[in-house]
Amino acid sequence: MSGLFDDAARRLRSNPGALCAMFIILSMVALTLIGPWFNPNGGEALDWSHVASQPALQSAHWFGTDRLGRDLFARTLQGTRVSLAVGLVASAVSLLVGIGYGGVAGYVGGRTDHVMMRIIEILSGLPLIFFVIFLTVIFGRNEYLLFLSIGAVGWLTMARIVRGQTLSIRQREFIEAAVASGAGTARIIAKHVIPNVIGPVIVYATLTVPQIIMFESFLSFLGLGIQEPRASLGTLIAEGAGEMEAAPWILLVPGGFLAVLLLCLNIFGDGLRDALDVKER
Amino acid sequence: MTPLLSIEEVSVSFSQHKRSIAAVRQVSLAVAARECVGIVGESGSGKTQVFMAVMGLLAANARADGSVRFEGHDILATAPEHLNRVRGSKLTMIFQDPMTSLTPHLKIGTQLAEVLVCHAGKSWSEARIAARRMLERVRVPEPIRRLNQYPHELSGGLRQRVMIGMSLLCDPMLVIADEPTTALDVTVQAQIIELLRAMREEVGTALVLISHDLAVVAGLADRILVMYAGRIVESATAVELFRHAQHPYTAELLKCIPSLSSPRLERLPTLAGQPPQPGDSLPGCMFAPRCSRAAERCRVERPLLAPTVGIARHVACHYPLPP
Amino acid sequence: MLRYFLTRLAGAVPTLFVIVTIAFFLIRAAPGGPFDQEQTLPPEIMANLQSAYGLDLPIWNQYGRYLGALVHGDFGPSFKYKDFSVTELIGQGFPVTLELGSIAMALALILGIPIGTFAALNHNRVADYATMSLAVVGIAIPSFVVLPFLGLAFGIYLRWLPVAGWEPGSIRHLVLPVVALALPPLSVIARLTRANMLEVLRSHFIRTAFAKGLPLHTVILRHALRPTLLPVASYLAPAVASIMTGSLVVESIAGLPGIGRYMVQGALNRDYTLVLGMVIIYSTLLILMGLVVDLLYAWLDPRVRLVR
Repeated sequence: MSGLFDDAARRLRSNPGALCAMFIILSMVALTLIGPWFNPNGGEALDWSHVASQPALQSAHWFGTDRLGRDLFARTLQGTRVSLAVGLVASAVSLLVGIGYGGVAGYVGGRTDHVMMRIIEILSGLPLIFFVIFLTVIFGRNEYLLFLSIGAVGWLTMARIVRGQTLSIRQREFIEAAVASGAGTARIIAKHVIPNVIGPVIVYATLTVPQIIMFESFLSFLGLGIQEPRASLGTLIAEGAGEMEAAPWILLVPGGFLAVLLLCLNIFGDGLRDALDVKER
Repeated sequence: MTPLLSIEEVSVSFSQHKRSIAAVRQVSLAVAARECVGIVGESGSGKTQVFMAVMGLLAANARADGSVRFEGHDILATAPEHLNRVRGSKLTMIFQDPMTSLTPHLKIGTQLAEVLVCHAGKSWSEARIAARRMLERVRVPEPIRRLNQYPHELSGGLRQRVMIGMSLLCDPMLVIADEPTTALDVTVQAQIIELLRAMREEVGTALVLISHDLAVVAGLADRILVMYAGRIVESATAVELFRHAQHPYTAELLKCIPSLSSPRLERLPTLAGQPPQPGDSLPGCMFAPRCSRAAERCRVERPLLAPTVGIARHVACHYPLPP
Repeated sequence: MLRYFLTRLAGAVPTLFVIVTIAFFLIRAAPGGPFDQEQTLPPEIMANLQSAYGLDLPIWNQYGRYLGALVHGDFGPSFKYKDFSVTELIGQGFPVTLELGSIAMALALILGIPIGTFAALNHNRVADYATMSLAVVGIAIPSFVVLPFLGLAFGIYLRWLPVAGWEPGSIRHLVLPVVALALPPLSVIARLTRANMLEVLRSHFIRTAFAKGLPLHTVILRHALRPTLLPVASYLAPAVASIMTGSLVVESIAGLPGIGRYMVQGALNRDYTLVLGMVIIYSTLLILMGLVVDLLYAWLDPRVRLVR
């Protein structure tokens, strides 16, 4: 087990792209956490003397301001923080649901597995956005429900991966030995199955985070996600897209942040997949 | 007279994790026109890789050195476009596993006809007629129906017949058959060997027959080369080799052939010890660790392929078996 | 073949029925109604409106009436766009959405497959790394970021193409939205093609094809491409779903008069019939896509039998 991770760490270290991406992600996280202390402007403060002003280092607003005179840097950092938080929380939800569902399907097998996988097949054939639109409409635009509903639709791939891994591991000798020695199902899943599916799960969790951030931004862009005056990168981009001709920086700053963040998360996830040697399915 | 195919000092190595693993080490051999040469050795002895190099079919991480001349032209160094002038027409190959060696989504007729379209410049309809005739020649029943079938609709034996027919379409000078019977049922094996013999008499092509099984090679080959750990260890005519093996390894191989005259309940002898892994290297004879005759000299000094009796007879052993 | 096609089509009807039923009751479960925003309405007028649209009837009754009309191809009146029926609204917008989506899908396939093949043939060389790095960019960055960026670059700074707007028959207005929409599926298809091509190129029948002395392009096109495309075919349905999703925002950014906006607006306005109409259109498209994938599978791999 530790040997696997030592190997993976060594391979990851020899992948400059993934390292670089990891460094950028960490810097962005740090920036969203400590940035506000270096910036005199709050995210929601209105500066009526600088409405939609251009980015300039010597002015009070490094990245410019939006239509209402709010500091774009502060807004973008706040938006990034929200997007990252949604990404992590919703990924955690999808991770838990996916591991539970996939683990049970793969471990129990037979008819149960067949039915459970059929459900996943049907669900993944549908455009999930419609579900989330329905959910948001029914339950109102509540941020916590947003986390849940995004996480609830992100677990399908995870469940499939976990099930595949569990199925192949179930047939190996050490599980048979555990069964023979009288260990219960729950104990076998916890002690033997989960430690062995951890590699692919880590990889897919890493790759789920950018997908969920993208999805949340998409919903916020449509006005279904985070609501004013709070902002996520999606709402900021929607705002910027409307002002594109007159004040392109309102689009470019959050758009650039989102693009770089998603790109780095994807590159890091791909690097991790190569390092842990997980086959793409 | 120059031989049809001459392989000189050919080595093949694979790079893996920045390491180079030698699979074939300085092998030299020649095949004359109309001759049948058997290549025998355990799996991993490099017997297939030599001819993959000849055909330009080595894996991407492999490199081949040395020289391969076919009809006097060096084909190891040429670009694929030039190699394609002889490959598939004058120089053809039959593979071990007929189950996976045919393209699953193309009809048998297409796969046969395309060879003639490509090499003989025939139209598709002419090529299909020739393909049908070839299926008749390799004794495939109902050839017209077969042309329109997909590989998965044919049995293994039939598919191997198709492969053999495919290799003969352009009247080749040399056919390389790599374990052509290994993946088949025993009864089918005999039929395929019989077919190869008949084809050789009919067409007059030279044949290289690669097998791990001396018994398969025995009935067909004029000359047999025994390979071990990437090198040729013994070379002799088939008759001489069976009458008197000089290399201890060949002798062991001969003992492994079940004989009808031997007592029935006796256990088949197997070769003791593990064959060397590709890339393993010893200063002396590679067979020494498994050889009952090995002496100190065998462990420090590599035996070279030395002529013994007659011209065609060579053995790489310090202490060849006496007659 | 035809029989198979018809059987499958008939099989799609119950699926659609289930989807419509679930969607019908889900949207009705949402709080509020279609006329909530018009709060100033006196109660009598409100009641009149409700009964005019049959909203005062028991829900099962409404459901039955809706299904009855649906069987005759009538999606009902829109609650929000009062002078239009849902059929008219969708009939006007759908051709635009369909044009946008199908060009994007075609572009993704026509470019993605050759790019993936090219990368596979240059495995572990600069061309491979370069195309696959670009593919990561294409997958990572969503179309609602790509499109404004493209608009900024090609519309506002370079002034080559219109940023937004729509003229019937105008290709120029479609270029940027199509590119933004096609980029993610294009990148996925390129990656899939590359990975599968690498695997297929290692298989025995490709070795046979090379041993036959066939030129490289024949080996690739005739022998390697079809098995390579099997996983690409099964990606088609998710690709269509992703393009549908993308078109929701792309149409609104580019100001295209498609049906994308009706989904979100309809749901927010509780325009019940419009939402249901959209769900039916999208589900039908996806079901048809699934059928196309099955037929493609049978063509790509003769061992697959079309039996149901």
